[in-house]
Formats: sequence, C-alpha cells, structure tokens
Amino acid sequence: MTTATPAAPAAARRPAPRLRTPRVPSARPRRSTLLTVLTAIVLVYSLIPLVWLLINATKTQGDLFSSFGLWFGDSFALWDNVATTLTYDDGVFVRWLANTVLYVVVGAGGATFLAILGGYALAKFDFPGKRGVFAVVIGAVAVPGTALAVPTFLMFSQMGLTNTPWAVIIPSLISPFGLYLMWTFAAEAIPTELLEAARIDGAGEFRTFFRVSLPLLAPGIVTVLLFTMVATWNNYFLPLIMLRDSSWYPLTLGLNAWNAQAATAGGEAIFNLVITGSLLTIVPLVVAFLLLQRFWQSGLAAGSVKE
Amino acid sequence: MTTTSPPTTASTPTVVHRRSRRRWTGWMFVGPFMAVFALVFLAPIVYSLYLSVFRTQMVGGTTFVGLDNYARAMSDPQFWEGLGRVSLFLVVQVPIMLGIALLVALAIDSGRLYGKSFFRISIFMPYAVPAVVASLMWGFMYGTRFGLVGNLNEALGISLPDPLSPGLVLASIGNIVTWEFVGYNMLIFYAALRVVPHSLYEAAEIDGAGQWRVIGAIKLPAIRGALVIATIFSIIGSFQLFNEPSILQSLAPNAITTAFTPNLYAYSLSFSGQQYNYSATVAIIMGLITMVIAYVVQLRGMRKEA
Repeated sequence: MTTATPAAPAAARRPAPRLRTPRVPSARPRRSTLLTVLTAIVLVYSLIPLVWLLINATKTQGDLFSSFGLWFGDSFALWDNVATTLTYDDGVFVRWLANTVLYVVVGAGGATFLAILGGYALAKFDFPGKRGVFAVVIGAVAVPGTALAVPTFLMFSQMGLTNTPWAVIIPSLISPFGLYLMWTFAAEAIPTELLEAARIDGAGEFRTFFRVSLPLLAPGIVTVLLFTMVATWNNYFLPLIMLRDSSWYPLTLGLNAWNAQAATAGGEAIFNLVITGSLLTIVPLVVAFLLLQRFWQSGLAAGSVKE
Repeated sequence: MTTTSPPTTASTPTVVHRRSRRRWTGWMFVGPFMAVFALVFLAPIVYSLYLSVFRTQMVGGTTFVGLDNYARAMSDPQFWEGLGRVSLFLVVQVPIMLGIALLVALAIDSGRLYGKSFFRISIFMPYAVPAVVASLMWGFMYGTRFGLVGNLNEALGISLPDPLSPGLVLASIGNIVTWEFVGYNMLIFYAALRVVPHSLYEAAEIDGAGQWRVIGAIKLPAIRGALVIATIFSIIGSFQLFNEPSILQSLAPNAITTAFTPNLYAYSLSFSGQQYNYSATVAIIMGLITMVIAYVVQLRGMRKEA
C-alpha cells in the first residue's frame, strides 16, 4: 500500500495551481497493482470457503475423505448429490425449503411492510408520543436478541404458539434496523411539498401513501427487504428454541440436524448431503444479492447519509 | 418534523378537524409496528424481569426470592468464565474484523483498484451465507478427517495444531465470525466514504497532503458515525455469541462446553436444566452489560466529534 502514496501527489500537485477546473476529469487516481494484490488477499479469504463448498458438493462421501479439499475427486457426483439431497428421507429437504420460503415471505415481507409504514410515519408525521416511540425502539436495538429468547419462548408456550410456524414468524416481523433505514430513507426521498400537494388535491392519507410515497421509497424498500430476507432465511436461534417438530424446521435447523446425525449412535453419516444442502441453501440469497446490487447499494448509501 | 398545518388555513371550518386528525394519522402508520414490537420486545423484557425475582423448585413451588438469582450469578464461576471468554473475543476479534473492513473500504474507495465492483460484491458475499452454513463449512475445513487442515498435514507430512482443540477453538470461531462480517462492515464504511465530498480531497491534495494524511484528517473523521455504529453492532454481536459455538459443538464436543458463552449457558440452563428463572437472570445481566458498553462507546465516539 505504501508505494501507492508517492505516485498520486506527484501527479496531482504539479498541474493543480494553474488549472483547477479543467483538471477535474483527470482527477481519477492512477490504478495500483500492489493495492489490488493486497486487497485480493481479503478477496481470496472471502471466496475460498465458497469455492470449497462448490467443489466438495461434487464429491461422493468416499471422495470427501480421500481427495484433496480444494480440488475435484475421482467422480463428479454433483447431480447425484442434488438428487439425493432432495429425496433423502422422503424429501424432507424440500419440506424445509418450503418452510423457509414461508417464513421469509410472511416474516421478512411483513417486517418490511411494518418498517415502511413506521419509518414513513417517523419521517413525515408529527404525532403525540413520537419521541417516546423513537427512544424505545433505539433502546431495544441494544438489547441482545438472545436475552429475549427464553422469556419469548415461555410466553409463546403459554399462548400455545410454540411448535407452530407462528412462533418463528411473529418475532421476525420486527426489524428495528429496517425501521431505522426506512426512516432515514423516507426523510431524504419524499419531499414534504409533494405530500402537501396531494393532500390539497384531496387525496386521503393512505391514498397519498400508496400512490405518491411508496414509489419514491422503492430503493429503500428493496434494501430493507433484502436485509430482512437474509435475517429470516439465516435465522437459527429462534426456530431452534421454538420448534420441536422437524417437519416445521427451516433449512438452517435441518442442515444442523443432518450434520448432528453422524454423531449419534447408529446415525448414518451424510456429509455429502450436508454439503450439497448447504450449497442449495445459499444459492438463492447469493443470486438475489447479485441481481439486485444496484438497488441495495444505493439504498444502503442513502441510509448512511444520516450518520 | 414540523406540523404540516399551513396549507389548510384557506378552508377555515375544517382546519381544527383536519389538524387533529392529522396529528393522529402518524399513529395509523406506526401503530402496527409498535403493536407487534410491544408483543415481541417489550412484553418479554417485562416477563424476564418478573421471572428473575422468583425461584421454582420441585418441592415448594414458586417463591419470591428478590435478588437472590442475581447474587447467585455474581458468584457463579461458569457465568464468569463465559463472560470472560466473550470479552476476550470482543477485544481481539472486533478490532481485527473492523480493521480489515476499514482497510478494504478505503482501498476500494481510493479508486486505485482494478475491478473494484468485483472486489466489493465478492467480499460482501459471505454475509449472505447463514451462520449455520458458515460454521458447518469452516468446521469441515478445520476438521482433520476430510478438512483442509487434514489435507495439509498429509501433503506436507506435518501436524498442524487442531483448530477445534480447546486451546484454539475460540480463535477458530473468531475466524468464522470475521469471515461472515468483514464484507458487511466494509460495505457500511464504503457507503459512508462515498458521500464525503471529493472537493475536500482535491483541496487537501493542493495543499500537498499525502494519501495517508487525507485518510487520517478527512476520511476517518467524516465516517466516524459509521465507525461508531459498526463498533456497537459488533459489540452486541460478540456478547450474543451463540450460533457458531452451538453448531461447532457437535464437531468439537470436548472443547465447547455448555457454558462456553453466556448465551449458550442461558440456553442450556433453560432447555436442558429447566432453570427458567436463573436463565432469565443470566440473560438480563448480559443485556445490561451490553447496553452499558454500547452506550459508553456511543458517548465516547460522539464526544470526539465535538
């Protein structure tokens, strides 16, 4: 990184005093191979486990033990592994996938919807108790989620909600971070004059919200949706506590159960299925992040302006 | 934030009516969030406070014991051991993770990288991987059976220390957590750096400031807010450490005890030990410690700004 420094001022300093404005287009700093190589170390670190996962998903259980971890084995068993993963134990993996999708659609979708409404209210309305709402929500962010897990479990078990999908969905509906992001985003993205204009034209508050505000919030919504989706898709602790019946498991719990199966007496070791199942679990999120890059990156940038 | 009243002044009769209605319309939007919030955040907090001052025994039922449970935690070596472990984790792992994230964010923001958007998205990618999958993957790679460590031992004829042994397992968990969140923190820093006006850099360069000086004098102060937020989130994450050790437990049962972290302890207290009252107490103490430390970091971070 050190060699990068002398080059830039030398290039920049000379013409600067004379022509300030024309220099702007050439203000693009020179690329540095050394800096690229150094950053590439972190890149390799980030990608190696994913590469490992991809390679090992192509191996049979025998090859897993006999071949080098970062290269392919004798057989190419990816499609066999995928087929076995999907059909093992009467297709329980597909059931877990369906559960996860249910939790994500209802939980993350609901969380995003509540965050949009709440963030919009905090950004664009003045109402009694607004400061209180704000203080309580910010304070709650600092409370460790796991500190709440045991009492939530006991409460839910008295309400008869444990071991049902609701026990996973209801707590996922609240995303303080999503509320915060929507609040900062709505404050920036919706001009108050526009709301005034809509009201003068006689539009009701909900009509104004759906017709005028919602479209302007789109990049922020995509961002919040992605982050709540990741949170629910990756959720482990909450379902671990709430669910006993494996037919309601999400993928994360299911994979862990498969992995633990090898350690139990008489359990069949199915590491190739754990690895292939892991790969299938992360593919949808990776694809979603890649496809929606433009949206969430601008949304995140807007959220950080306030900081 | 100001009340949006002026435009209605033209239609005199409706002013009062519309105004009062608008004052409460905010609640129509924030109400649903607050209702669910009360159910899943506020009620459990109140309930755990209630639980923590009682004790349930097989014989004698539930009795009010005041602060006895708190006193028990204060003299519980297992609790302190777990707390010491996550504190060590916090002091070592968080600076390493945030340091790498900051360096990468600065490198990408400097515009000196070839293919910077590829770097940005690739380094962020592990964030999309569930903690369960990350722990399983790294757990397999750590393994001496078919992991990379085993491969290296075989290929080079050496014997590397087992990453899942009691002495090293905390560092191995630190590596997993770092891997998961470097990209996320990098993105937060990068997003904050993006909005620093570039005219400031140009002015500094004209004044003859080098790159490191620009970073120290302009970039870092400009993203202080993001640094504070990321630090607070990382502190909360460290104290909550649960998923990674819980999943690695099946691979390293001897190294990871049931009281490895305070959260694992609280979990095993209530789900294997049925000691709900004491478990709630441990959770409350951890929550308080986390809040105090997060608050102190926030105060310090913000005061420097002045």
